Amino acid sequence: MMAKDSLLVCDNVHVAYPPRRRGGKSARAVDGVDLEISRGEIVALVGESGCGKTTLARAILGLQKMSAGSIMFDGIPFSTKTVDKKAFRRRAQIVFQDPTASLNPRQSVYEIVAEGLRIHGLSDNEHEVVTGALERCGLHPADRYLMKYPHELSGGQRQRVVIAGAMVLEPQLLVADEPVSSLDASVRGEILDLLQTLAREQDMAVLVVTHDLGLAWNIADRIAVMYLGRIVEIGTTEELLAQPKHPYTQALLSVVLEHLGMSQQILVGEMPDPTAISTGCRFHQRCPLMQSGEAQKKGIGSRCTTEDPVLRSDDNGHLVACHATESATPVRG
Amino acid sequence: MSESTGTTFRAMTWARRRTALSRVWRELRHDRPGFIGLLLLSGFGLFALSAPLIADRSSLLVASGRNNPDLAAPSIKFLLGTDEIGRDVLAQLVWGSRVSLFIGLFATVVAVVIGSVVGLAAGYTKGKVSAVLLAIDDFFLVVPFLPLAIVLAVVLGRSPVTLSIVIGVTSWAGSARLIRAQVLTLSERAYVERARALGASSWHVIVRHVLPGVAPLIIANATLIVPSAILTESTLSFLGFGDRLSPSWGKLLEGAQSSGSITLNAWWYYLPPGLCIIGIVLAFTLLGRSLERIFDPRLRGR
Repeated sequence: MMAKDSLLVCDNVHVAYPPRRRGGKSARAVDGVDLEISRGEIVALVGESGCGKTTLARAILGLQKMSAGSIMFDGIPFSTKTVDKKAFRRRAQIVFQDPTASLNPRQSVYEIVAEGLRIHGLSDNEHEVVTGALERCGLHPADRYLMKYPHELSGGQRQRVVIAGAMVLEPQLLVADEPVSSLDASVRGEILDLLQTLAREQDMAVLVVTHDLGLAWNIADRIAVMYLGRIVEIGTTEELLAQPKHPYTQALLSVVLEHLGMSQQILVGEMPDPTAISTGCRFHQRCPLMQSGEAQKKGIGSRCTTEDPVLRSDDNGHLVACHATESATPVRG
Repeated sequence: MSESTGTTFRAMTWARRRTALSRVWRELRHDRPGFIGLLLLSGFGLFALSAPLIADRSSLLVASGRNNPDLAAPSIKFLLGTDEIGRDVLAQLVWGSRVSLFIGLFATVVAVVIGSVVGLAAGYTKGKVSAVLLAIDDFFLVVPFLPLAIVLAVVLGRSPVTLSIVIGVTSWAGSARLIRAQVLTLSERAYVERARALGASSWHVIVRHVLPGVAPLIIANATLIVPSAILTESTLSFLGFGDRLSPSWGKLLEGAQSSGSITLNAWWYYLPPGLCIIGIVLAFTLLGRSLERIFDPRLRGR
């Protein structure tokens, strides 16, 4: 892990939304995230709604201003200069949750898919590139779809069009924000397969943002679990599933794996408001270890409420931010 | 291969546009008020076009009435009688329809262009630019409109073109508000975000995504500006601030008023221009409201 060949490096990324009212507190949606993605790797970013995962994805694409931190893409620090941004945009693309909303109802499939080419002035054999991209995304024969409008397509076909529109630019990173959550169960698998195939064939890294750990497990090489603006655990899919270390990951996993005989842990309460992040571990109010008194028995109860745990790595590069795991794992900052 | 597919692609795009247009036509035909408005409007259009057939331009000159009776009632020779200096009222009415329509349409173009630019800019930009544009917009919304138009008309002169500009400049504020509101909702759409992620400039987003979205609204709104522009022209002319050389309907009314035709019961002098103004305002309003219903899905079925 921690391959030298990293494509994207997020270093201490913060995104704060300004307060609604004067004198109010700003919402720290993303609050210090470190994340690396290697070339050709599929990483899933998992968390419940409101944890900042979409904001982080938008920040990675430069659609959302960071309030602190830095992002390096392919060894080059992210720049906000317009020209650089445009060149960068070609190499990192996004697929949104709702394919219906992300297609302009007044544009035909051809116009939608060709839009990226036209923006970047890549008009040579536009027609072939567009049909090629559509067919690679499973819409063949492409000629049958070129003149259709979004409302004439099914949800799955729309999402394929969105993906084709991103693929014409041959990106090195594709961010898929809940790519299948608005689709029928029957086509979810197909779209996920498509993303996997494209990632393999094009050597493209994919960051899948999702609330569904089960989905992440099906598609990803590595999984990052996010809670309240911070990544609490990252590891390869196998490790994270076999040995979840963070109590939050354990709770999420217990719900997915219930049928395998794992006892289900239902978390109590809701995630705190990102305008009011308390001291200590940001999970301590809902942490099963705190509630069962186990943390206090271990003698870390006071640290959990006062000291913010940092991500620490074990030998396999499995990172976790929890005081309870520290004694068991070698400490590396 | 790509050339032939390119041309079929273009042909198919045009076919799509034709279907969209025929859909608007079909809906308009089944919308009774809108269709009546369209018929009425076509009538006025034909009337204006047929001016040279109905009366010679020379009959507008002051000298032309020299040998005619003053304020004569309608007769075979003068279908709508004569005015206080013996000129044919019908001739003035038919030539005046050209002036009124021209000013109404040209003023609308001016108002729509200013309104669209300000509305798009105010809706798309954030912060100071938007605040300044909105402040200017508010100024034009609340400033007493007639005094401003009169002052501008006096300062700028009184040809039909300058009058149109005066009317356009004083009547864009409402449509700018309307367009801004629509732009605000459009620019939050996911497909705008997708275009940005693809690397689109603001120009690209506005021209490709925002403008096509507000275009129907602009068309419907423009149809509603025309009647108010025609009314404004009539008002200015009636008050004596119109173009003295071209015979508009408002100017006819002014002549009727100042010559005392109302007390003299010379109805053929004041009634026709009055009815024409009511008719054309009604026609544009009916058509505009109907287009608004067709283009705005939220108003459908009401």
